[in-house]
This record gives sequence, C-alpha cells and structure tokens, in this order.
Amino acid sequence: MSELKLSNAQIAWRAAQDIEDGAYVNLGIGFPEMVAQYTVEGRTPVFHTENGLLGFGPAPEPGTEDWDLINAGKKAVTLKPGASFFHHADSFGMVRGGHLDVAILGALQVAQNGDLANWRVGNKGVPAVGGAMDLVHGAKRVAVLTDHVTKKGDPKLVDACTFPLTGVGCVTRVYTSLAVVDIVDGHFVLREKLAGMSMDDLQAVTGAPLHTEGDVADLVVPEL
Amino acid sequence: MDKRLPGLEEAVSGIKDGATVMIGGFGGSGNPIELIHALIDAGPKDLTVINNNAGNGKIGIAAMIDAGMVKKMICSFPKSSDPRAFTDRYMAGEIELELVPQGTLAERIRAGGTGIPAFYTPASYGTELAEGKPTAEFDGKHYVQERWLKADFALIKAELADHFGNLTYRMAARNFSPLMAAAATTTIVQATKVVEPGGIDPEQVHTPGIFVDHVVEVADPQQEEALIRAGVEYERA
Repeated sequence: MSELKLSNAQIAWRAAQDIEDGAYVNLGIGFPEMVAQYTVEGRTPVFHTENGLLGFGPAPEPGTEDWDLINAGKKAVTLKPGASFFHHADSFGMVRGGHLDVAILGALQVAQNGDLANWRVGNKGVPAVGGAMDLVHGAKRVAVLTDHVTKKGDPKLVDACTFPLTGVGCVTRVYTSLAVVDIVDGHFVLREKLAGMSMDDLQAVTGAPLHTEGDVADLVVPEL
Repeated sequence: MDKRLPGLEEAVSGIKDGATVMIGGFGGSGNPIELIHALIDAGPKDLTVINNNAGNGKIGIAAMIDAGMVKKMICSFPKSSDPRAFTDRYMAGEIELELVPQGTLAERIRAGGTGIPAFYTPASYGTELAEGKPTAEFDGKHYVQERWLKADFALIKAELADHFGNLTYRMAARNFSPLMAAAATTTIVQATKVVEPGGIDPEQVHTPGIFVDHVVEVADPQQEEALIRAGVEYERA
C-alpha cells in the first residue's frame, strides 16, 4: 500500500465480506454500489433497488441499455435469474418492514450513537432526499462506507452530527479507510484497524472515543 | 363498458387550472410523456404535481415547469442529470417544493388510494423533514405521523391496457403508477397496446380496471431518458 489508508474499492471489498449467501441487500447510490463487484465467490446475495426491483445485475453493454430497467441511481442494470418487479410501496415495505438483511450507505458524518448525516450539507440550494431517510430504518444491519476523515482531515466519525440528520440512532457498523467500527449502546467499538496504525493515531482522527471489547483485529484487504 | 378515448387531447381536456396531478414514473422509467405534452398543449395553470422527481432537461415535467404551469412540486428528489428547469424556478422563489422521503411519498399515495387518512413511519424521525409533524412511540421506537396524498388526476404509462382499464406495466416502469392510479379521482392511462377484455391474463393484471377511468393507446411511446441521452427533444407524433 502506497498510503496508510484503504482505497474506496478496498473499503467496498471489506464490506462485501460480511454479506452472507442469500442476503437481501440494498446498496446506496454511488460508492456503496461498488460492494456488488466484490461479492464473495460462492455467495449469491440478492440486490434490492428502491424503484421496484429485486435481483438485478451489473450494467449492460453500452448501447444495449433498456431505460425501463434501471436502479435507484437511474443507471441501466440487467436482470439475474429469479429477479422480480414490484411497486414502490412494496419496495419500501421491504425496507421498513425488516425484510432486508443489509443496507449499505455513504455518509457525511456518523455519530457515536448511530445518528447518520448523509443527505445534505447545509440549507443552500435545492434539497433532495430520495430514499435516504427510509433506507436507514428497518434493515437488520445498516452499514456505512466512508473515508475515515474528510478531504480537509476532519473526523467523519463524530461525537454528534453537525450536518442535517438523515436518521437517528440507525447505523450499526462503519467501514472506513482505516478501521471497522461497530456502534454499540451509544459508543464506537473498534473491531478492526490497519496494522500499521497505532490506537493513538486512529483515535486522533476520530471525533469520539473508540472503545474496545476484547481484541482488535488487523484490517486486512487485498491490493485492488 | 369501454374506457377508451380516441386521443391524448380528449384524455387531458378535463384537467383545469389549480388541479393536483400525480404523474407516474421514476426518472424516465414509466414517465407518460405523451400525456404530459398533451397537457402542456392544453395549458392549465397553477398545477400541483406529484412525482418522484421534478423533471429532467426540457422534456416531460421539466417542460411543464418551463411552461409556467406548475405552482408546486411534491417529490422526493428534485434533481436529475439536467435539473435546470426546476432549480431556476425554485431558486427564484417561483415554485413551491414539498420534499417527502421516497418511501413516505409512496406510502402517502397508497394511503390516499386505500382510505387510510394517516399512518406512522420511522422515516424522517428526528430530522428537519419531521418538523411540525406529530410523533408517537410504539413498542419503544419513535415514529412520525404522515397524511394521505390524493389527487384530482393521475397520468399513467402502462404497457398493456384492456377496454376495462386493467393494466400491466413494463419492467421497473411500474414504480409509483399502481399507487397513483388508486389515489386519483380520475386516472388517465396511456398504454402501448390496448386489447379487448380478456386480452390480459387475469393473473397478470398489475392494476385492476376499477382504478382506471380513461385509456388512450400510444403505440411506440417515447422514453424520457432515451431522448435526453440522445440529446433530442420530445416531438409530437
């Protein structure tokens, strides 16, 4: 590794390792969509998209898109065997009703109590929420993929969110460029960290105390 | 019974100034752009439009906004690859926005069509979109009360329709349309193919005809996303 930090692809790879065979999974628009590329061999997760489709596959060859067959990011997708279509109320019923195993989202900030801010930076411009506020409620696990710090170096794992909230107390696990952190009873609990990084250095770029419960494993990912 | 109308102009002629209009579709998928452009030609003003988005480029809902017909948008995501039409009007204070989380929008429309005046959802609890709304705790979790959404009209794009208004949709073009068909007083459908009663297998009907008032055949409909990617505008047949 040239830099002591995971690439987005490596963060996505790490998150993919936790997706069980047969899991129903919603991947947020953008960065979280990369998780699908790193599906573990021999496992068959089923991907859900808010606009009414379970069981979609990767983008089709350019020129063969069907624009009635899209995902929530309005990108063309393909159908896998066993796919199904349904209307929007059923689609969000799957989310709120607890039928999804995992929802994986991006973040501006995650607070130690599980609050998530990921839809809006401030109050300027046109606000657009999409399904962000619905997706954080109901899945058995709500995971976040994020750089550990902002481009300016500020912590994204914080004591309390300062950006507008998407949901309260909803995140269960955070995969960052430096660590894997669970949220347990209002605290960050460190599960894995890069081997070359000391606890003190990691704490210094984290905006709230990192607790431990037993051993902290090395965060090990392949070169991608 | 025969719900067929001869053309798009007749189909939208009842939509008057100040009406609330639900428009099916998610981005370009399921957007009934032939009906929308017939409505633009008819030209009613001060409309409240309910859709997931708020138009893209110069086609469909964006063209309605450009024509100055839309007083208010109720949507979850008023952004697109080219959101100029809505953005300019919104920043100028010329169009109202009621921003609704997407799942809440779907459920409010379902509630409107099924006689449920209000319901509770966890979505938006503790956020700025819940400000001013009643909340309640059930089994230790917090929920926000949301009201039903109804409309005077729904404009819907279907794949197949029969004379009774039974409908099927094509792939992910279904999205909000079955919910909107039920939630509007008058539901107007453009279908790629209109068949005799019995021409759709009853087991395959997505929207039963009880929710549909008018059906117009629009063979070979245009697709908003495809037009935008091709860099061309809507052309009337």
